[in-house]
Amino acid sequence: MTNRFSAQRTYSVARKEFLHIIRDPATLFFSLFIPVFELFMLGYAIDTNVRYIRTVVFDAANTKDSEDLLRAFENSQDFRIVRQVYSETDLSQAIVAGKARVGIIIPENFSRNLEAGRTATIKVVVDGSESSIATAAIGDSNAITLRESLKRIFGERQVPMDVSPQILFNPDTRSANFFIPGLMVVMCQMMAIMLSANAIVREKENGTLEQLFMTPVRAGELILGKLIPYLVLTFVEFCTILLLMRIVFQVEIAGHVQTLLALTLPFVFTMLGLGLWISTQVGTREAAGQMAMGTMMPSIFLSGYVFPLDSMPAFFWYVAQIFPTTWLIDAARGVILRGAGIAELWVHSVVLWSMGIAMFTLAMLKFHKRLT
Amino acid sequence: MLEQNRNNHKLTIDARGVTIKFGTFTAVNQVSLTVSQGEVFGLLGPNGSGKTTLIRGLCGLLPLAEGAATVLGQDVATSAESVRTHIGYMSQKFSLYEDLTAQENMDFYSGIYGLTPREAKERQDDLVDMSGLGPYLERRAGRLSGGWKQRLALVCALLHQPKLIFLDEPTAGIDPVARRDLWNLLFRLSAEGISLVVTTHYMDEAERCARVGYIYMANLLAIGTPHDLKQMPGVTPPGTRWLEIFSHDSAALLEELRQRPGVRQATIFGQSVHALVDEDQNAATLGLDEKHVLETEPSLEDVFVTISRAQGMAAK
Repeated sequence: MTNRFSAQRTYSVARKEFLHIIRDPATLFFSLFIPVFELFMLGYAIDTNVRYIRTVVFDAANTKDSEDLLRAFENSQDFRIVRQVYSETDLSQAIVAGKARVGIIIPENFSRNLEAGRTATIKVVVDGSESSIATAAIGDSNAITLRESLKRIFGERQVPMDVSPQILFNPDTRSANFFIPGLMVVMCQMMAIMLSANAIVREKENGTLEQLFMTPVRAGELILGKLIPYLVLTFVEFCTILLLMRIVFQVEIAGHVQTLLALTLPFVFTMLGLGLWISTQVGTREAAGQMAMGTMMPSIFLSGYVFPLDSMPAFFWYVAQIFPTTWLIDAARGVILRGAGIAELWVHSVVLWSMGIAMFTLAMLKFHKRLT
Repeated sequence: MLEQNRNNHKLTIDARGVTIKFGTFTAVNQVSLTVSQGEVFGLLGPNGSGKTTLIRGLCGLLPLAEGAATVLGQDVATSAESVRTHIGYMSQKFSLYEDLTAQENMDFYSGIYGLTPREAKERQDDLVDMSGLGPYLERRAGRLSGGWKQRLALVCALLHQPKLIFLDEPTAGIDPVARRDLWNLLFRLSAEGISLVVTTHYMDEAERCARVGYIYMANLLAIGTPHDLKQMPGVTPPGTRWLEIFSHDSAALLEELRQRPGVRQATIFGQSVHALVDEDQNAATLGLDEKHVLETEPSLEDVFVTISRAQGMAAK
């Protein structure tokens, strides 16, 4: 009879683990507070859309044409003219000093060329040290001058072609909508790995694991009992971020929350399994923390949380597919922003469950081996 | 099976030729020993000699490379989990959850051993009475003093009414009063018919055991009552005797004795020196005052030192 799985023993372990959590308010506070802090930081401070680039102008022409062009630049809201200079040297200096990212030079012969029907070239100097700003500045200045050129050619007449852009799912292209679903996933990952790695290693450090091995508790009961409270805690955190995202940052959830939660379950499972595996490899909490960090870093950078997967070289794109984080971030954006359901995301579900089962089995086998 | 049970019904532990290996390293070599019901059995030996490994093997935590062991009538190789429900274990460090209160620690172990809430309550009340833990139940285990931690650990190991308890160095780092209190508790348990296996480095504790076993480099070199061990022929070889010599400066005396040809072995023993000497040696031949020299029987420490040396020489 003692060989049977015992719910009572599992419950005893879970209850004890829960007491550990509430007895250690510092850990609890930091694991819940840091995600919320990061949420506000990402939600309010970070905007990946490049606007109001600081611009320095050297208008050698100083005519009505050049003034009109500069006004067009300013009206676009892409550029903000912060300073006027009167030589190219001063303009370069302003950029070197970081006072402006872009310099616009309008040559003296600008209006004369226009009137003569020759191409009037303006020079746009771009600080390349911040690549996203440089790219945006070149694109925007091209578009603005092209528009101004067309106006001159067609005047009041209609232009032959036009684009009517329609941005699906995130019409204001707000960064929060892009970042928060990823943040939820990354925070869950961090919490699940850290907590589960610590849960076993702590008992190793204190010598209580040795004591437990002498009791009838089975490895499965011990692990399940330990992980249940952390599973619950991780879900609480996930839902907290989800709620804040909806209420504070007004990101609408286009799909069903339950789809998202159902996909998150195998993910958390995988991460708890990973933490467990880490705990079989190391003997101290410090080492566990370092190892957890080591596994988290690449998955944060390659998962598409910050840097878009589509612009990665093929090799890294394939590497990224190994991380469960990549799959859940994609699925979370799918559900929250695009309203995807299980019909669109079943591949994600299969992949996440497979990863979860594989990781957990591996960890259990390792743990069992240490037992005997 | 029935036959075996009947034969062993008084033997709590019956180990026959137990060998435990870690890879090619033999941690326990051909150990045979028995522990009877209600007996206090002392397991002695230097650190790393294999005491803890033997205990783990007897709990079914480590596979036996050779030999067999029956604990509480069950084969540890096949019924390890069943065996573990009936034994108690107290590890070297009192493995308590320091951030949990004494009560919560007890509740946890009650649950792990499958006690119903009613059983747990009754059993805890009894043990709290016996150990005097009453005033400390709501205190976190980490804030108890060493002696109280140790009692709490013992209580946790007793909740499921084990018939056999392994105590691995239960008194290491505990003050003398707490040590004596613990031994009083252990004798009470023994009187109730519970068998105890205690590892220790303290010779006075070994003297209190009904029987002791001495493990040295994976081998069980001696087993028996403390009295029997002192009578072992190897400890007092023919033509020799043990003398206890008192001196104000036992260190200097020891040095001096070790130079003398008739002295085979000498060790400091508190205020005196224990020396194994040739039979023809006496106070006069050793140049000592007769008032300070007594013929004595070897102490347990003498026994262990002598047989360890003999074993070491045989190995060479």
